[in-house]
Amino acid sequence: MKKRHFSQKYLRIETLPTLFCPGCFNGVVINALSKALEEEGVASLRGYVFVSGIGCSSWIPSPYILADSLHVLHGRAVAVAMGVKLANPKLEVIVIGGDGDLASIGISHLIHAARRNLDIVVIMVNNLVYGMTRGQQSPTTPRGLETTTTPYGSFEYPIDMCRVLRETNANYVARWTIAHFFQLKDSIREALFRLRRGFRYIEVVAPCTTYVARRLGLKPSSILRDLLKNSKRVEEIRRGDTIGEDSIVVGIFKSEDKPGYIELYQDYSMRARGVQSG
Amino acid sequence: MNRVFITGNEAVAYGALAAGCNFYAGYPITPSSEIMHLMARELPRRGGVFVQVEDEIAAINALIGASWAGSRAMTATSGPGFSLMQEGLGYAVMTETPLVVVDVMRAGPATGQATKPAQGDLMQARWGRHGDQVLPVLAPSSPQECYDLVIRAFTIAEELRTPVVVLSDEFIGHGREVVELAGEVRIPSRRRPRSAREPPFYSEDPRVPPPMPRLGDGFNVLVTGSTHDGFGYRDTRSFDTHYKLVKRIWDKIWLNRDTIFDYEAVGIDDAIIGFVAYGSTARSVAKSVEILRREGIRAGYIKLKTLWPIDTKPIEVLAERVEAIIVPELSLGQLVFDIERAAKNYTKIYSFNKVGGGEPIYPRELVELARKVLSR
Repeated sequence: MKKRHFSQKYLRIETLPTLFCPGCFNGVVINALSKALEEEGVASLRGYVFVSGIGCSSWIPSPYILADSLHVLHGRAVAVAMGVKLANPKLEVIVIGGDGDLASIGISHLIHAARRNLDIVVIMVNNLVYGMTRGQQSPTTPRGLETTTTPYGSFEYPIDMCRVLRETNANYVARWTIAHFFQLKDSIREALFRLRRGFRYIEVVAPCTTYVARRLGLKPSSILRDLLKNSKRVEEIRRGDTIGEDSIVVGIFKSEDKPGYIELYQDYSMRARGVQSG
Repeated sequence: MNRVFITGNEAVAYGALAAGCNFYAGYPITPSSEIMHLMARELPRRGGVFVQVEDEIAAINALIGASWAGSRAMTATSGPGFSLMQEGLGYAVMTETPLVVVDVMRAGPATGQATKPAQGDLMQARWGRHGDQVLPVLAPSSPQECYDLVIRAFTIAEELRTPVVVLSDEFIGHGREVVELAGEVRIPSRRRPRSAREPPFYSEDPRVPPPMPRLGDGFNVLVTGSTHDGFGYRDTRSFDTHYKLVKRIWDKIWLNRDTIFDYEAVGIDDAIIGFVAYGSTARSVAKSVEILRREGIRAGYIKLKTLWPIDTKPIEVLAERVEAIIVPELSLGQLVFDIERAAKNYTKIYSFNKVGGGEPIYPRELVELARKVLSR
């Protein structure tokens, strides 16, 4: 019998190949997640719930990952994930979504979940544009990039979600690019299996092959080189340093082990019960 | 039986708790907040979940997640928040997610008059979502009915696997009356699939919803708001899949209209003038009919407790008997369209509209109109 690839136990084989564009880096994210699960000895994804919104990366769990998954409204994955996690804290809830879904239309839910230190893992696949709707500017689009809605080059300041979330009560905030496969995989392991609680955010910079790379005339291999070349480790940056607009700050922005929302709510419930009996 | 003197909003919360509601996510908004206050007090100490979320969009979406994880979930809001929840309600219809949304209506549009009652959200409750969809809408006219109809809303939600909207209004929400609380309420529990081979999104008989798997039970359930087949796989191209899905969900409500639709008819057997109303307006109507009857004018009324789906037969019966039907509403007129559709070939229909400033429709206004209509 042909040996099955290790990731097959996590995937709905009948849905493959994926509908992603040739060369799409979503596959790297699936691979890193699978590898992290494999290395932790996860045999099946029973007990895991994936929640995703609308966009290319939201298709990673729905339908490709073999687990419970909720493919919800644009921007609302984190809000739905909160309902799932609070209703059944035993479930491991993972949100996978893009920069349009999580950092634009869904940014309030993301920030508030981080503020609450809600016990979920969020993987934001930052492809720098709206891919599914044909490459419009997103809140993470670098200045100067030509998109379908900035045909003369984007002039808006982009948002850096890692810096935003670092200032909240989130337990874990990290960013890697698809050129940092092993670091990405290790971050997923760290978030899911070491920290285990609180809000854990991992961003993956994965430029859209169709609407960023092709537009710039870049091949996937040269994107990888560029990403490595332009990456700057967060620990090497000192307060007051100016970071060039081309630079991508990568690394672990924050790693703490504060109690998450679930524990806080359980304490609160105990107090509420005390009031009743007292 | 436990008799208490409470407001409509409190009755909504007690009804939800009696129905086994164990998840509430909400956002403060006048005039519904008391529902949230009571749930905030009761749920944490009863082992349930109460969470005050960042906005109404988060509320409805958290309910969706909680419902799939096995909870009985409710939120309450008013006009502006209800508007924000529409997309989420559409998702709940498409994915057949049981949940209850209470809209304590206030004068709108926009911020309008936050503390003043209105009945302007009727059409929005029915048609506020894009696409082809239908969901049950119930309307209480007293604190007692707030209690009873919220329990009924949970029953319908669980039995038909659908979101249900309860349209209350500021008069009822803040009005205080004696309410009889039920000892124990039995709500049918959600049907679960026995095996992963049972499709969670298809049933042979459209009147019966498919079984709903719970997250974490090992069914690898695929929930999506995109058009999907019986097992949840997206199919965003074929006519058959889309038509079959939306038609089945539509039929699930329409073909069960007999059991969902509920109304009360008073004095219509010998009436020469009729009223049709719901919510707080139905109270003015009841009083008007009493006054008219005392004066020797045979009046009757139909009070609608279900606003959608609507069964127009009782209205047709009324229309055949009376010389005119008056439809009073705390809006510029929405329910009147249904009455015209059902009855305009049989009788004359008069709209009576008033909204704003906390002005109720006074019985004397309706009595006067009835007299005038009959003397024409």
